[in-house]
Amino acid sequence: MELTGAQILLESLKKEGVDSIFGFPGGAVIDIYDEIPKHPEITHYLVRHEQGAIHAADGYARATGKVGVCLVTSGPGATNTVTGIANAYMDSIPVVIFTGQVPSSLIGNDAFQEVDIVGITRPCTKHNYLVKDVEDLARVIKEAFYLARTGRPGPVLVDLPKDVAQARTEYRYPRSCKLRSYRPTVEPNRKQLSKALDLVRAAEKPLFYAGGGVISSDAHAELTWLAHNLRIPVTTTLMGLGAFPGDDPLFLGMLGMHGTYAANRAVQECDLLIAVGARFDDRVTGRVSSFAPNAKVVHIDVDPTSIRKNVSVDVPIVADCAATLKALKQDVAEGLSQEGFVRDHTPWLERLAEWGQRHPLTYNGANGTIIKPQQVVETLYDLTGGNAIISTEVGQNQMWAAQFFRYRRPRTLLTSGGLGTMGFGFPAAIGAQVAFPGELVIDIAGDGSIQMNIQELATAVCYGLPVKIIILNNGYLGMVRQWQELFYARNYCATCMDFAPDFVKLAEAYGASGFRITRPEELRPVLKEAIELPRTVIVDVHVAPEENVYPMVPAGASLNEMLLV
Amino acid sequence: MRHVLSILVENEPGVLSRVSGLFSGRGFNIESLNVGPTLEPGVSLMTITTVGENAIIEQIIKQLRKVVTVIKVVDMLDCKAVEREMVLVKVNATETNRAEILRISDIFRCKVVDVSHDEMTIEATGDKDKVGAVVAMLQRFGIKEIARTGTVAMRRSMQ
Ligand SMILES: Cc1ncc(C[n+]2csc(CCOP(=O)(O)OP(=O)(O)O)c2C)c(N)n1
Repeated sequence: MELTGAQILLESLKKEGVDSIFGFPGGAVIDIYDEIPKHPEITHYLVRHEQGAIHAADGYARATGKVGVCLVTSGPGATNTVTGIANAYMDSIPVVIFTGQVPSSLIGNDAFQEVDIVGITRPCTKHNYLVKDVEDLARVIKEAFYLARTGRPGPVLVDLPKDVAQARTEYRYPRSCKLRSYRPTVEPNRKQLSKALDLVRAAEKPLFYAGGGVISSDAHAELTWLAHNLRIPVTTTLMGLGAFPGDDPLFLGMLGMHGTYAANRAVQECDLLIAVGARFDDRVTGRVSSFAPNAKVVHIDVDPTSIRKNVSVDVPIVADCAATLKALKQDVAEGLSQEGFVRDHTPWLERLAEWGQRHPLTYNGANGTIIKPQQVVETLYDLTGGNAIISTEVGQNQMWAAQFFRYRRPRTLLTSGGLGTMGFGFPAAIGAQVAFPGELVIDIAGDGSIQMNIQELATAVCYGLPVKIIILNNGYLGMVRQWQELFYARNYCATCMDFAPDFVKLAEAYGASGFRITRPEELRPVLKEAIELPRTVIVDVHVAPEENVYPMVPAGASLNEMLLV
Repeated sequence: MRHVLSILVENEPGVLSRVSGLFSGRGFNIESLNVGPTLEPGVSLMTITTVGENAIIEQIIKQLRKVVTVIKVVDMLDCKAVEREMVLVKVNATETNRAEILRISDIFRCKVVDVSHDEMTIEATGDKDKVGAVVAMLQRFGIKEIARTGTVAMRRSMQ
């Protein structure tokens, strides 16, 4: 049967199992929008800003592991998604972005609402396409989804000129992709694997360093099994939180700039570092030259470019994390019956436990008159028993959410790791809530960040999405203020948010519910009420204005050089 | 270290900027870049010459291999290679120095491809050093125009 480009798009989305798209219409995509109501199996969520659409698609993808989908118009619609595309790219999140484009005949003419979005997004997409012929459309969509979710996942953009959406052709959705230049390695090299196992067996002080790759490849069960059976402690990156149970005795907490004392010390002292799906980001390593100085390094990553980018590696394994850990698990399971298969790690684990006890994550000054931001996160953990999907904005709120909430399951922390995008958390929470209507979804926010995509309150309320926004309101762009305090002689230039809207009234203006908490004794009951309310809620919590995130490794310092509380 | 990269790509719009973007995105200079079709329809060969630290070049090569439209990348440093480039040089050629220019062309086995009463255009082919030497020798006559192709390279058969 002959279909139009617009019809082909929707049929193909159906074939890919897409149930939700986040978007915003315009002239260049009006033909596609014309088809949407004819596809009741797909729900379109109208956002209020295209940045909201891409972050929501991203949040949906992070929470589900499926590909998120975003649809916007040409020109300004397309450019409004760029931050969100870069955000998904940095965190390797599978999303497919459909942008409208001016009719083919006008491309390059400075036509109304024309922009070279394929050119603009080339450095921040895994791949992108300009579809010039409707004949190519089905194949391109197939490839876009395939590229987005395989190998190292990432965003793929498809730019669709208006005339292509209108043109007709016979529709056939390809069953598979033929891409001779794209063949990600999935299975690990056996020789490298056995070298890695030799190192594991010889190590006295081994350490797992897990990143977002463990979550995106669904390798958490294997990681947990290996850690338990080999008695190897685990630290994770920010993106890796949830890859290993946050309340497990072997868990040391996050490492890096705001990592725990025990985790950072462990890195500096371990004799074997097994990096799984992590990329030695500068926020993790501190000064690279003194990172894990005594360790042999095993690095498992599906992306060969991640390996040896920042640190030298003894055993590189380019493969899917889950496939690799599964293979390792098999070998270990066979070996464990032998006496002395691995060294006894008891002294190492005892040392770590001692460090953990000596310098736990903590804060001072919860004195009954002032609310500490860390307390808010702790209370949320307490009230929810950890059963919630948490998204965060960026800044101190994000770090406290990482430190004081324990993530026991993968995909329960949605946070902008690589790009650090203020304004990410709320739309991402919307995406997660769309995917899981029955779950509790909480955005832990700063008063600065929440104002970056506050307009999405309309989206949340309009679709009855009971997202909770908990604002840790310190009246500052807190994280930048912290740097100014510590490294710029307290020159608080442009970080005091002395004007903010009345968040409670703002919530009400949008038809959501608003609460304000100013005294410690209100914290628990009001948070409880807010969580239980089946509506979109903002809770504006007034916290200690000049609280800092500790521990802190100053940028460029070694992980040993931590500032403690 | 100078590297000559030989890159086989799907000849799609944008592939050039996908490839060159990996260099510019790191603030890296491309010394020369050359593209032409291969025997296989839809597939082109790019030759890129660049100078940089080995570790960074290694990263760029890995990144290049990741580009979906890149089929194959070879660093010619890793093998013996034949390297050639071509240059067209238009020099001032007066009565008095014409013979000298012809002599130099002869020594370097260049070709004269155009001539007028006061200028001559010389074609030279060779590796980077030879082409550089030809240009240097012709410089003193006054070069009016110059067009260099940049390097193309191929593995030698006997490795
Ligand atoms: C879009 C964007 N702009 C600027 C920054 C730089 N930045 C990082 S943290 C931060 C402060 C965030 O303030 P707020 O949201 O109030 O959170 P807090 O640190 O106070 O918890 C800023 C401005 C950023 N990360 N993202």
